[in-house]
Amino acid sequence: MSKELLKVTDLNIEFHDHLIPETVVYDFDLTLKEGEIVGLVGESGSGKSMSALAIAGLLSRRDMRKRGEILFEGVDLLTCERSVLRKIQGNDIGVIFQEPMTSLNPVKKIGWQVEEPLRIHTDLSKEERYRKAISMLADVELDDPERVYDQYPHELSGGMRQRVMIAAAMICMPKILIADEPTTALDVTIQAQIVELLKRINREKKTAILFISHDLSLVRRLCGRVLVMKNGYIVESGLTEEIFKNPKEEYTEKLIAAIPKVTRKKDR
Amino acid sequence: MAEKILEVSDLQVSYLSSRKTPFEKKKRIQVLKDVSFSMEKGEILGLVGESGSGKTTLARAILGMIPYEGTITKNAQRAQMVFQDPYGSLNPARKVSWILEEPLRLKGGLSKDERKEKVIAMLSRVGLDEKFMDRYPRQLSGGQRQRVCIAGALMLEPSLLIADEPVSALDVTIQAQILELFQKIHEEMGLSILFISHDLRVVYQMCDRILIMQHGQIMESGTVEEVYFHHKSEYTGKLLDAAGIEVD
Amino acid sequence: MSDKAKNNMIRTKRVKVQSVNRSKKKNYNLIVGGSITGVILLMILIGVFYTPYDPNAMDASAKFAGISMKHLMGCDNFGRDVFSRVLEGSRTTLIVAAGTVFIGTFFGVIIGALTGYYGGVVDEVLMRINDAIFAFPSILLALVFISIFGSGKYHVIIALGIAFIPSFARIVRSEFIKCKNMDYVKSAKLQGAGDFRIMFVHILPNTLTVLLSAIMIGFNNAVLAEAGMSFLGIGVQPPDASLGRMLSEAQSYLFRAPSYALFPGVIIILMVLGFSLLGDGLKDE
Repeated sequence: MSKELLKVTDLNIEFHDHLIPETVVYDFDLTLKEGEIVGLVGESGSGKSMSALAIAGLLSRRDMRKRGEILFEGVDLLTCERSVLRKIQGNDIGVIFQEPMTSLNPVKKIGWQVEEPLRIHTDLSKEERYRKAISMLADVELDDPERVYDQYPHELSGGMRQRVMIAAAMICMPKILIADEPTTALDVTIQAQIVELLKRINREKKTAILFISHDLSLVRRLCGRVLVMKNGYIVESGLTEEIFKNPKEEYTEKLIAAIPKVTRKKDR
Repeated sequence: MAEKILEVSDLQVSYLSSRKTPFEKKKRIQVLKDVSFSMEKGEILGLVGESGSGKTTLARAILGMIPYEGTITKNAQRAQMVFQDPYGSLNPARKVSWILEEPLRLKGGLSKDERKEKVIAMLSRVGLDEKFMDRYPRQLSGGQRQRVCIAGALMLEPSLLIADEPVSALDVTIQAQILELFQKIHEEMGLSILFISHDLRVVYQMCDRILIMQHGQIMESGTVEEVYFHHKSEYTGKLLDAAGIEVD
Repeated sequence: MSDKAKNNMIRTKRVKVQSVNRSKKKNYNLIVGGSITGVILLMILIGVFYTPYDPNAMDASAKFAGISMKHLMGCDNFGRDVFSRVLEGSRTTLIVAAGTVFIGTFFGVIIGALTGYYGGVVDEVLMRINDAIFAFPSILLALVFISIFGSGKYHVIIALGIAFIPSFARIVRSEFIKCKNMDYVKSAKLQGAGDFRIMFVHILPNTLTVLLSAIMIGFNNAVLAEAGMSFLGIGVQPPDASLGRMLSEAQSYLFRAPSYALFPGVIIILMVLGFSLLGDGLKDE
C-alpha cells in the first residue's frame, strides 16, 4: 500500500469577479497516491483545469472563493501561509500547461528557464545548476542538450518546447506532476512521444501524475484511474479499463463514442 | 472517369529565409518539392502529415495566396477555406450575421432581406439557429465558431472547400460533431473537400482517398483501404502507430 | 462515490441555468468619468443659448467683485462676469480639443492603416516622416505653425491637429500589423474583399477599443495644449474667451481676485479628469 500524497475533499470553486458569483467546481474529491497516474477527463468548461490550478495553488485568492480541503502530505494548500505554498509549488508540485508556445518566456534562454526552479528552491552553485539542467534536458530525450540549453523558445518546435516544459517542471523532482492538456496542441506523432515520456518519468522517478485531457484515448494509454467531469461535477470515477468496458453514465459513453475509430468496413 | 476538379503537377514552393545577421546569405528554403496529384469532383481527399510537412503551404498555393512554380488547374469557382483556429478566423468586432452576409455583399446583386434569408438558411444547415445571428464570436464556444466558419465558407456555394485542420483545436466530442457536419454538407451540396489533418484517425471516417505528406513531398497516396491496411511507405506506418491504430 | 456521482449527474442540468444573466461588477471609472463629462458638456450646451451676462460686457462698478449671488464666480479686472466667460471659454477649449483630436485621428487612422497593412516602402517613408514630426514636442511644432500662419482659434486647431497625427498613426499602425495576419483577414480576401474594404471595414472596428482610449488621452492632451498655448498668448486671441487665456489673464490678480484664477483652473482639471476616467472606464468595458 503506497502512501497517500494528495487528498482533495469537497473542493468548491466560486468566481467572484461578477455581481453574481458563479460556481465552476462542485464537491471535487481526489486522492493521489505515490507513483500513480490519474486521468481527469472532460470537455472544455467542465472545470477540470480549474480544479488542477487550485491544487497547484495558482488561482488568485481574491477573485475566487474556495471551500473544502486540499491536503498535500497533511498541509492544507487552501489555508496555509503563502510562504509555505510557495515552497511547495515547483518543489513538490510541478505543472505543465497546454500551450507550449506561451508557457515559455520568449526572451529567456531555455537553460535559464529550466534552472529557474533550482534558483528559487535550492542554493546550488552555478555549475551544479548547469549540470542538473543538462542532465534533465537529456532525460526528457532532447538531442544535444548543450545546444538546446543555449537556444531561445522560438527556435524549438512545439514538441521540443513541451519537453523543455516537462524538464523545468521535473527539475526539483516534485512528488506530483500536474499535466494540463500537455499534448492537445501537438501533432499525433508528438503526442504519442510525450505520453511515452510521461510514462517513463512516472516509472523511473515514481512521480505521481495528474493528467488532464479531453481525449479519453490518450488517458487510456497512460492512466490507471480516471475521473470524468462535466459542468463542474465529477460524474464518474474508477479504473480506466473498467470505465471503458462498462461506462455507467451516458456522458462517459458519449466521450468514448467520440474517439475516432478505425475499424475495417467493406460497405463504407 | 469522373471529372477532375483540381489538378496539381510539379508544384514547387520555396522562400528566402530571413537573415539572423546582416552578413549571412539568404538561403532558399524549399517547402514543397514536385507535388503532383489530382482530385475528382465530389470526393473528399485527405491530406495527412506532421506540422512542418508543407500541408498548409500546399493549401495556400492552391488558393493562390502565395507564389509558386508548376501548374495548378482548378475547375472550381471561388474555392474557400476553413481554418484551424476558430478563434482567429472570425472577425471579433462583427456579429455573426454581418460575417455571414459579407461574402454576399461582396458578390452583390442581393437585397438586404434576401441576404438575411440566405444567412438563416445557412445557419440552420450548419446546425445553428437564428438566435446566433446577433452574437459576437466571443460569445460562442469553439465548436459553434467552427460551424460559423464553415457557414461563411459555404455562403458563396463553392465547389471546392479546403479545410485546414478544422478540428485539431477542438475537444474530442466536438470534433466528432464537426466531422459529421462536414459529411452532411458534402452529401447535401455535392462539395469536393480537401481535408487536411495530422491525425489519421480523424481522416479515416471522412475521406475517400488519402495523401500522406512528409518534408514537402507526397510519400504515399491511395484509397483509405490501401493506405491504412496495405501501406507501402514506412512513414505511413509510423503515423498509424502514433495514432494508436492497430493494423491486422 | 457512485451515488455521489449519480447525484452530480442530475445536478449538472441545473448548472447551466445559473450561469446565464451574470452582469458585470459596476464600472466606477465609467460612471464617475461619465457624470463629470456629462455635467461639463451640459454646462457648455447651456452656455450656447444662455449666459447670465454678455461674456464681453464690462461693468466698471463690478471690477474684481467677489463671489455673490449676482456673480456666481465673481468678476475679472474689466468687471466681466467670470461665470459667463467660463461657459464661453470651456466651449472654445472643447471645440479646439475636439477639432484637434478629429484631425489627428482622421489622418492618423489613414496613415496608420496604410503603413500597417502594406508595410514595405510605403511604411518606411511615411513612418520616417512620422518619426521626424514625433521628435518635436507638439507645442513647439504648433508654435512654429502659428508663427508662420498667424494665431487664432482655427489655426490653433490645425496646428495642434497636425502635431497630434503621429501618435495616432503609430497606435493604429501597430494594431493593423497585429490584425493583418489573422485568419479572418485571409478569409475575407478569399471571399473577394478588396484591400480598402479589408482595411476599413474588416480591420478598423477591431482597433476601436485601443483607438478610443487613445482618443480620450489625446483629448486631454489637446485641452492642456490649448490651455498652455493660450496661456502663453499664442493661442486663442481676445476677445474670444478660452480657459487657458483666462488663466493667463488671472495670474496678475491672483491675490486680489482668487476666484478669477480658481474657476477656469478647476474646470480644466475637471475636464481632463472626466475624460481620463471615461477613457479608463471604456477600456474595461
